[in-house]
Amino acid sequence: MLELSKYKSETRPDWCPGCGDFGVLNALVQAVANLEIDPKDLLVVSGIGCSSNLPGFIHAYGFHSLHGRAIPIATGARLANPELTVVVTGGDGDGYGIGLGHFIHAMRRNLDITYIVMNNQIYGLTTGQASPTSQKSFVTKSSPMGTIEEPVNPIALALVSGATYVARGFSGDPKHLAELIEKGIKHKGFALVDVFSPCVTWNKVNTYDYFRQRVYKLNDTGYDTSDLGMALEKSREWDPKIPIGIFYETTKPTYEELDPVLRTGTPPVKASLSQSDVDGLFNEFI
Amino acid sequence: MFARTCSRSGFHCYGLNSYQSAIRGGHVWFQVRGSEQKVKSHGDNVDILIALNSESADIHAPFVSPGGVIIYDKDRVKFSGNLLSQKARALPMPLGQISRKFDKNPIMQNTVALGAALYLLGLDFKVFETVIGDTFGKKKESVITANIQAATSGYEYAKSNFSQLEVTAKPPSNPRPKMLMTGNQAICLGAVMAGCKFYAAYPMTPASGLLHWMAAHATRCGVVVKQAEDELAVINMGIGAAHAGVRAMVGTSGGGFSLMVEALGLAGMTETPIVIVESQRAGPSTGLPTKTEQGDLNMMLGASQGDFPRIVLSPLTVEDAYYATIEAFNLAERFQCPVILASDLLLSEHIETVDSLSKDVLIDRGEWANSTQQQPFLRYRVTETGISPRAIPGNPGTIFVAASDEHDESGVVISDVLAGIPKYVAERKKQMDKRMRKLEVARTQMPPPKVYGPQEADITIVCWGSTFGVVSEVVDTFGKTDGIRVNAIAFRNIWPFNAEKAEPLLKSAKKVLDVECNYSAQLARLIRAETGFEIKDRLLKYDGEPIYPYEVIGKIREVTSRNA
Ligand SMILES: Cc1ncc(C[n+]2csc(CCOP(=O)(O)OP(=O)(O)O)c2C)c(N)n1
Ligand code: SF4
Ligand SMILES: [Mg+2]
Repeated sequence: MLELSKYKSETRPDWCPGCGDFGVLNALVQAVANLEIDPKDLLVVSGIGCSSNLPGFIHAYGFHSLHGRAIPIATGARLANPELTVVVTGGDGDGYGIGLGHFIHAMRRNLDITYIVMNNQIYGLTTGQASPTSQKSFVTKSSPMGTIEEPVNPIALALVSGATYVARGFSGDPKHLAELIEKGIKHKGFALVDVFSPCVTWNKVNTYDYFRQRVYKLNDTGYDTSDLGMALEKSREWDPKIPIGIFYETTKPTYEELDPVLRTGTPPVKASLSQSDVDGLFNEFI
Repeated sequence: MFARTCSRSGFHCYGLNSYQSAIRGGHVWFQVRGSEQKVKSHGDNVDILIALNSESADIHAPFVSPGGVIIYDKDRVKFSGNLLSQKARALPMPLGQISRKFDKNPIMQNTVALGAALYLLGLDFKVFETVIGDTFGKKKESVITANIQAATSGYEYAKSNFSQLEVTAKPPSNPRPKMLMTGNQAICLGAVMAGCKFYAAYPMTPASGLLHWMAAHATRCGVVVKQAEDELAVINMGIGAAHAGVRAMVGTSGGGFSLMVEALGLAGMTETPIVIVESQRAGPSTGLPTKTEQGDLNMMLGASQGDFPRIVLSPLTVEDAYYATIEAFNLAERFQCPVILASDLLLSEHIETVDSLSKDVLIDRGEWANSTQQQPFLRYRVTETGISPRAIPGNPGTIFVAASDEHDESGVVISDVLAGIPKYVAERKKQMDKRMRKLEVARTQMPPPKVYGPQEADITIVCWGSTFGVVSEVVDTFGKTDGIRVNAIAFRNIWPFNAEKAEPLLKSAKKVLDVECNYSAQLARLIRAETGFEIKDRLLKYDGEPIYPYEVIGKIREVTSRNA
């Protein structure tokens, strides 16, 4: 294990005291330290939102990109240099709202990246509007009469979209969360870690207490993580109890293993810029 | 295949496919012009028209030049001949009958007619055979044989029944085979020669040819090619790849570019080098997907919120597309900003012979930070040129976060709790000034617009991008024969606009005519904004078709005769 201080950023997090995202940051640091990933080989990519500020708070390479576009940025970086460990962090609005399309496509590609979503069921940074995971009838500034849409179910969505590692954690249980993240990073292929990360300022319903009363660990129930059918069933559980832990885990070839260029082994970033058969290339046009 | 036969025989040629956004049906034609000299545009008239249906015969017969011919199927095509000019000949042939002998597929009629055309022009049949062999090389041997036999029959039929054209294709003095390629292919070749390692795209005419070529050459050239889910993903993947350190390019048309707009600013803000090919087609909206226009200049110059440096190049010819692409990669890395290559359907999709392309490619990867610098690493260090030495993930000692939010020299975001604090108000301005300084430095490095033709002219044509093709042809031909002296100023390094170099050229011209393929004279507007010089005479075309030489000549006559 590497020292946790190796990942300490000069910048102190500016999240509200008590924000769930602190727990996620600590768990991530714990996970990469356990895995002994050198900060120089770690790239943390995010979108925009309170949660997406995370790359600034960890000492590692980072890309704090646009709202909803973290996954394509991470995809490009990973395809250019598969030697990097790429972790994407962001919020529910970022990943399940504006960036939903990229989320689904990244999963069906089984790109070897880890996606941590700080799901607070609200838009935190923009001061409290409904999010795609807000519970039905949830009253917010943008839904004074209560939301009337069904929430997105990210776990179910991931299961049917081809993600090969699907987990849910709770930032109130950082030790368990760190394990989930660590396994997610180690996992070869797309790993989703959806995290209940309470927004103490704008979401007064889905609080720490709310989750403490409801969550239970799948692992404690003799659950089989290779059973997709069971995983789908579990993904729909919410009342009265909510499962956390690994829902599903499987091995499939990753995108990097299948891509005809990456398969050859040399990371594109280390490949020579010049072409080996210039004459042959030019003669194609004659 | 006909164009390839010309280029392999050492002729220059220029070919244009005209089609519609339908997979089958519609009026489709392909036009090729060949010459011993360089061919710069599609031209006005045709010498040999091959009409496979009555509609084609009727539409194109009036453009057959005196001494020219129309070849058509005598059984299927109803053609009265009265649309032909005097001295043009109608040559009915049993195209269908002959072709059915070799294949059920009526497409073989093309080959029969091409065989006849080869005879009429006196082209070398042997060369055509090699072209057939290569074109169908991947198919069955029988396909090649059938095609060669069909072409031979067409050739023989023409030989026994018709006389050759008055002007036949004499073997050129330098019969060295020439390269034949589209603008899109020239861009791709330039990209891989420049060391591009990542290409992402979402299919969109007329940029799809880039994706097809890149995908077909991915393993051979070591380029990771990604067809993404949409153009938002495309450009962000490109930026991610560039951030990780490779030379990255993305390609699209106006509609896809519209989706890329927010990320264009992200590349500007995070100072990530990326090359974006914007192959314009007729807009607005979905517009005319298979028709050409130069209507996106305003968008390329103005897209995305806020001020940030960007560079816009508009290659003038197929050959130039190769060089401009290489330059685009160098500029992107030198100035760490997005570079837009403005192509259009005409440039992207027409085929043209190029004499030679240099295989010696100069690569400039810009300024890099070494790892022994003091901490924290100042990724966005304020410098005199505005260029901050960069570093990439994986490199020890240069850890930083690239942020779309405003940041200080070390990359720390100053948009949240630090915003408004006097120190950071100043910091914001410093970063803005630093980024924009890069644009000012780039401006001084931009070459002057290309002056083409004689120094002294009665009229000077201003143009940009692919329109240079037809304009330069008019300068070469009409400008040398008619007594009216014509030259051209072609804008290729469009942004940052080098007014200092452009203004004297414009001011010293006797008369200036702006020729563009758009409604609102977008280049003329830019010139006026940057220099105050107003071009009142304009030839603006926006019906989807490229500009023809006769249209430019007509306009030159009109403008020069007025108060002359
Ligand atoms: C294109 C675009 N639209 C809207 C915004 C404004 N915006 C910033 S963050 C955000 C929502 C953030 O919610 P979430 O992703 O859940 O993050 P949280 O703040 O809750 O952690 C929005 C709408 C933006 N930055 N960009
Ligand atoms: S607003 Fe909510 S999500 Fe944002 S920092 Fe505060 S508690 Fe966290
Ligand atoms: Mg949220």
